[in-house]
Amino acid sequence: MLLRYRGGAGMIAWGFHRLSGVAIWLFILLHVLDIWLASANPGLYDNLLEIYASLPGRIGEALVGAALLYHALNGLRVIALDFWPRLTRYHKQLWYACWVVFFLVGIPGAYLIVAPALGLPTLRG
Amino acid sequence: MASITRAGRARPQGGAGFEMAVWYLIRLSGLALFVLALSHFSITHFVSDPAEQTSQWIFDERWNGLFWRTLDWLMLQMVIFHSFLGMRTVLGDYLKGGARTAVLMALYLLAFVVFVMGTVAVMSMPVGLVP
Repeated sequence: MLLRYRGGAGMIAWGFHRLSGVAIWLFILLHVLDIWLASANPGLYDNLLEIYASLPGRIGEALVGAALLYHALNGLRVIALDFWPRLTRYHKQLWYACWVVFFLVGIPGAYLIVAPALGLPTLRG
Repeated sequence: MASITRAGRARPQGGAGFEMAVWYLIRLSGLALFVLALSHFSITHFVSDPAEQTSQWIFDERWNGLFWRTLDWLMLQMVIFHSFLGMRTVLGDYLKGGARTAVLMALYLLAFVVFVMGTVAVMSMPVGLVP
């Protein structure tokens, strides 16, 4: 879908939006299940939490955060273009702006999520 | 009428109807989630840390009061509307006929199950958990 069709920025923005959306939906299913366990079977939830807090778990959380951040930023762009159609002229620039914010927020964010598993300092010390 | 953009699904034509309601609901719940989901993720990963968030911690701190339980329940509703209506659009793009109907029915059933499980969790976090 993304590699074969050379549709330019608008197409790739749409493809990423769809992929990140489906990924977040899958995580929501897991996340409601784990929070339900926190109430229904606290011991099992605490075991699951150890997986979340491990290094592979934290890398997964950073990826969920990346999907969430992209979907949120590009979603604002979609809403802006829907309600102010004249902005469509700048749809590419708006997409590049999304990526600037994505990396400015996402790189420190990913560090803070993964750091505790590597014994590196975070905002909490 | 510049109702078609390259960014998202075009606004449905033909006045008020179910598809138009869905189109607006996706965008409204998206705006709500921009605040709710991003702040939720920031609180659980930057202010706090997943390693601390045991079931005991959820009871003692996170859900120790109506405010957070209400806010999280609101977020649950927004996320169910947004993610399941989004999946409805995605699946509807790739399926048709009877398969589409069957898959969408299963999707709505799953949405209901997720809503019930989340609601049970946020409302019934057992008081007896704390000794």
